[in-house]
Amino acid sequence: MSDIMTAKDLNLWYGETHALKNVNITIPEKSITAFIGPSGCGKSTFLKTLNRMNDLIPSVKITGEVCYNGQNIYDSLVDVNELRREIGMVFQKPNPFPMSIYDNIAYGPRTHGIKSKVKLDEIVEQSLRDAAIWDEVKDRLKKNALGMSGGQQQRLCIARALAVKPKILLMDEPTSALDPISTSRIEELAIELKKSYTIVIVTHNMQQAVRISDNTAFFLLGELIEYGETEKLFSQPTDKRTEDYITGRFG
Amino acid sequence: MKKNKLIERTIHGIFLILGLLTVGCVLLITVYLVISGIPAITEIGLFDFLFGAKWASTASEPEFGILPFILTSIYGTAGAILIGVPIGFFAAVYLSKLANPKVKAFMEGAVSLLAGIPSVVYGLVGMLVLVPAVREIFDIPDGASLFSAIIVLAIMILPSIIKVSMTALEAVPKEYEDASLALGATPIETYFKVSVPAAKSGIAAAVVLGVGRAIGEAMAVMMVSGNVPNMPSLFQSVRFLTTAVASEMSYSSGLQQQALFSIALVLFLFIMLINATLNFFLKKEKD
Ligand SMILES: Nc1ncnc2c1ncn2[C@@H]1O[C@H](COP(=O)(O)OP(=O)(O)O)[C@@H](O)[C@H]1O
Ligand SMILES: [Mg+2]
Repeated sequence: MSDIMTAKDLNLWYGETHALKNVNITIPEKSITAFIGPSGCGKSTFLKTLNRMNDLIPSVKITGEVCYNGQNIYDSLVDVNELRREIGMVFQKPNPFPMSIYDNIAYGPRTHGIKSKVKLDEIVEQSLRDAAIWDEVKDRLKKNALGMSGGQQQRLCIARALAVKPKILLMDEPTSALDPISTSRIEELAIELKKSYTIVIVTHNMQQAVRISDNTAFFLLGELIEYGETEKLFSQPTDKRTEDYITGRFG
Repeated sequence: MKKNKLIERTIHGIFLILGLLTVGCVLLITVYLVISGIPAITEIGLFDFLFGAKWASTASEPEFGILPFILTSIYGTAGAILIGVPIGFFAAVYLSKLANPKVKAFMEGAVSLLAGIPSVVYGLVGMLVLVPAVREIFDIPDGASLFSAIIVLAIMILPSIIKVSMTALEAVPKEYEDASLALGATPIETYFKVSVPAAKSGIAAAVVLGVGRAIGEAMAVMMVSGNVPNMPSLFQSVRFLTTAVASEMSYSSGLQQQALFSIALVLFLFIMLINATLNFFLKKEKD
């Protein structure tokens, strides 16, 4: 498995707050990488540096590099919109647009210039199938997406992200707002999707990391404390702080 | 304990009375307008009154057709909307989404100030600056015209359109915009394809509010429109529903005065219709 993303000496400040400290990590392709750590430790912040969603916050300052396929994404030549098309994102709270299910999925492809109805129909169906929600919604594609359950909305958001054919899918606690049944459906989906996509998932739920991820990174106070194969990190952590966290002694 | 309850009740009662007072005023005005507006209409005939093309209230053979006023009010409002809405809409998008905080604070202050200027001042500036300019530019004998009124109205409705649209645009959840950006849409695409559609009922409400302001305005348009009861034409002097009532009321009597009340009734019905539309959009926005 080759590496698709690498962060080198990454530092991030929100104004005066030093939120990420010298983070170094390599993320292998077509696998699931989990970020764990107590809340406020910088997981979401780091995830957002991977598709430059932090650019939108005016006070943010970043040093270091994030390389995607060997290219530093913070280089001034990089087209941010193209980058975000290739590195999609699913948010903590399901956030479908207040439009029909169909239009939600077609939004991305349309934005990127696809106008043909036939082509769009095809993409919508394929994306919904890939997100394991086609059978539930195929008869109500014209209905407003906000009428769906939370779990369905989140899978719709995954489908919407897949519709622009990304290479990487970043997910920020995608199941924290969902019930256990919806959660396990999304976990199954993630495992299915890693055959074709690279997935990076933030989770506050350690069991979830154990269940689905290949590699796990443990963050604490803006630092990457330990990173390695999930199985190993949870069975034989090398750092005392990791051990304390996974055994529930703090956080 | 008992004393507290008594105070509660008294306060409750006072508020109820104050609330009823407001409702009472509205009812009183409505009833008064209907009662005083009906006689002239029955005497002149509804059709001749609404669709009569000539208003000659002081002629020896008086005629009371208010079609010129109705059409002038409709054209004037439509014109103001046509000019004011695009400007106000784009300004609102710019201020709520694109402007940097300093520019935004400054321009918001300016918009509030614009809203606070009394309409007679708009009329005055219009009379002294706009009317002569229109006369020069379009080479017409008199610049006091429907066109000048439209320009003044367009400026006057800008603050309400900008503010109400801005409120709606700023209420769009940031999550929608994030989702769009994360799909690779540019910020501009995001604002126009996600934020604006999500705020559309609020923006529609802003437009309707602008319509209400424009149709109800009297003083400013009286000063720049020439106030002559012609059938409307862009570069001619015209008279609006509002100014028709205002300009003759002080010296009117008999059927003429009653007809002025009838005009006020017609105007009132227009406003009611607009308010109902506004409430419809505001309710939709809430859902
Ligand atoms: N937009 C922001 N502005 C300022 N500080 C922020 C912002 N977002 C996050 N932070 C701070 O950065 C740190 C990391 O936050 P975050 O990445 O959200 O943590 P996590 O996702 O691990 O809970 C926290 O101390 C938080 O207060
Ligand atoms: Mg977080």
